[in-house]
Amino acid sequence: MTIHETSAVRGMVDHDHLKSRRLRNRIRHEAIQFGVIAIVVALLGMLAYAVKSGLAEKGIRFSFSFLANTAGFDISEGWTLTSGESFLPDFTLFSPDMTVASAFVTGIFNTAKIAILAIILSTVLGTMLGVGRLSTNWVVRNLCFWIVEFVRNTPLLIQLVFWYFAVVLRFPPMASAAHLYGLIVSQQGVYVPALSWVGGVSILSIALATLILVSAVGAIFDPIKGMRRVCVPAAVICFALLFVRGGVELNFPVANKFKASGGTSISPEMAALLLAIVVNSASFIAETVRGAIDALPKSQWEAAASLGLSRRYTVNDIVLPQVFRVVLPSFGNQYISLTKNTALGIAVGYPDLFNIYGTIANQTGHSLEGIIIVMASYLILSWIISTLVYWANRRLNPTGVPR
Amino acid sequence: MNLLKILTAGVFATVAFSAAQASASVLDTVKQRDVLNCGTDNTAPGFGYLNTTTGQMEGLDVDFCKAVAAGVLGDASKVKFVTVTDKSRFDAVLTGQVDVVFAHTTIKPARESSIAIDFLPINFYDGTGLMVKADAGIKEFGDLDGATICTTQGSATETVLTAAFKARGWKDSKVLTYENLEKLFSALNSGRCNAMSTDKSALAAWAGNAPAPTDYLILPDTLDKSPFGGFVIANDSKWRNALRWIEYGLFQAEESDISQANLAEKLKSEDPFVQKFLGVDGGYGKDFGLSDDFIAQAIKAVGNYGEVYDRNLGPKTKMYLDRKGTPNALWTQGGAIYSPLWN
Repeated sequence: MTIHETSAVRGMVDHDHLKSRRLRNRIRHEAIQFGVIAIVVALLGMLAYAVKSGLAEKGIRFSFSFLANTAGFDISEGWTLTSGESFLPDFTLFSPDMTVASAFVTGIFNTAKIAILAIILSTVLGTMLGVGRLSTNWVVRNLCFWIVEFVRNTPLLIQLVFWYFAVVLRFPPMASAAHLYGLIVSQQGVYVPALSWVGGVSILSIALATLILVSAVGAIFDPIKGMRRVCVPAAVICFALLFVRGGVELNFPVANKFKASGGTSISPEMAALLLAIVVNSASFIAETVRGAIDALPKSQWEAAASLGLSRRYTVNDIVLPQVFRVVLPSFGNQYISLTKNTALGIAVGYPDLFNIYGTIANQTGHSLEGIIIVMASYLILSWIISTLVYWANRRLNPTGVPR
Repeated sequence: MNLLKILTAGVFATVAFSAAQASASVLDTVKQRDVLNCGTDNTAPGFGYLNTTTGQMEGLDVDFCKAVAAGVLGDASKVKFVTVTDKSRFDAVLTGQVDVVFAHTTIKPARESSIAIDFLPINFYDGTGLMVKADAGIKEFGDLDGATICTTQGSATETVLTAAFKARGWKDSKVLTYENLEKLFSALNSGRCNAMSTDKSALAAWAGNAPAPTDYLILPDTLDKSPFGGFVIANDSKWRNALRWIEYGLFQAEESDISQANLAEKLKSEDPFVQKFLGVDGGYGKDFGLSDDFIAQAIKAVGNYGEVYDRNLGPKTKMYLDRKGTPNALWTQGGAIYSPLWN
């Protein structure tokens, strides 16, 4: 045996020794972790049991079976899912003889509707306000500044009540409402003409509808540069053909005694809530956008100027694309917070999820179960939004690309 | 591990606390606290209303709170008014935030069967009505096909309206719900709501308190009856019985002609029933866990039922709801206000 061999053997022994000690450490570590988790689970179980027995002692039943009961109350607007023919879900307007579960779905639908519209509109308005704050035009710059400052520094709830009672409900009543090419603006709601499919199912109309859809998608995404120039006219021509052939019809709203029928409408409650949330979120988004533009190296502006780009092109093609990469995570926060702010709809009677929960809790008495459903729904909505923002962020900021 | 200890302690405390709570009656809790937490509305003139000129709570429900405080604690000022909305009132009792709620609540079976509350006797007989703007050209409920009718969220009216639409086969009529009567009334004034629907007494009160009461028209239709009662947590008969008999005491006092005005005189009465009723000689209170003079205390604080009614809804008030010929009259005058036998 050489010295080398001895040391190698010793090394091996040492190595084994180390390995077993590491293994022991790991086992101990995992055992502790497992123990902690087990204790926490046990504690949660005890807490749940304590809550349940506490409720039972007070005579409060805890069960989700009330979801299958008939609702019996009306909801002023909103679509829902209900079990239709052959177990396929049916997407229809809510009616009082549907189940309580359908009422919850109506609430989720109304909340999601406001949230999606508000996210799109507040992003557009917010970006405009943010860019406007850096405008070279004194009037635009100061107007944007004061709008942002005013809106950011007053409570959203007060803004909402203002929009509803002082703006939307000051629209003229249905009888004297303005009729503008089929558009009716009244305190019963804003009615716009809608397209409705009357052609039935024929090969030509389906082909035309498909062509319109394909051209619209092409125009929006513009996969090959210049495609838009082909797609937009194609969509317009296909639509004109469909219209002439009688496949679709413009459905004009007609005012009657109390409201209007036909067309599509936005209720005053929805209009007020949307206005309040869009304006409020836009002012926060504006500040994010302005901050990001300010943080952009000055050389970017100078480089664009030296290339002879006008200010419009500089902002649209040089500045904003870089800004959007940076601001997207902050936008995500804003989107989540505006989604949760839709719960203020109750202040103006908009039947969002939280509002409908209130009615359900009162008519059925199951407020604890209801609030669990409501919280889970908001959690899921927020997760969906943050996942989408994360995904968009990944698309805009491929790994390895410096900002 | 400190965190664990705290958590464990917390859980045991919760278990112990809920067990302790279950055994004690609210009556004992109230006596120990020496203050009654009473849930009322503060936007319903005549029932529970914060008078903005005096800064005082007033109304029929408010007087019932005072009567309970006087009957249980011997002092009508030992009451803390907690504002509840149509929506929050049941949870307020379930969570123990308030000991009793008097908030123009319609008694109906679903509320007692699915919410853990027990109702007290009816203290006002009302009906669901509708109010429109006088210039709208609407004369009766039948004119409202296709209209938007507004009410408060969580009220019995929500389901009453839905049922009324269904019975008439109206498809386009909509129910719009607001948080409270204040917003509801603003929405009617703005024209958003073609009609406002709630209990007739509340409609009368809102029209009466408006700058120009003649701008409003209360439709003749009564969509459904609406008997009001206070309520307490379920399965606490000690507390519930005490409150029931305080309420019956106010009814009986009117029947026996004992009022706030003549109380001092009646306390000297030779009539054995009056002596026992007012706790001068013996009394009914002891076995309920109250003092024997509990009815005398309640009458001293608010008067008998007739006085409570007149103070809040009588001819001198803005909303004036005539008692005569309605169930709210004493049974001896053809009404439904009736106390069980005391003797």
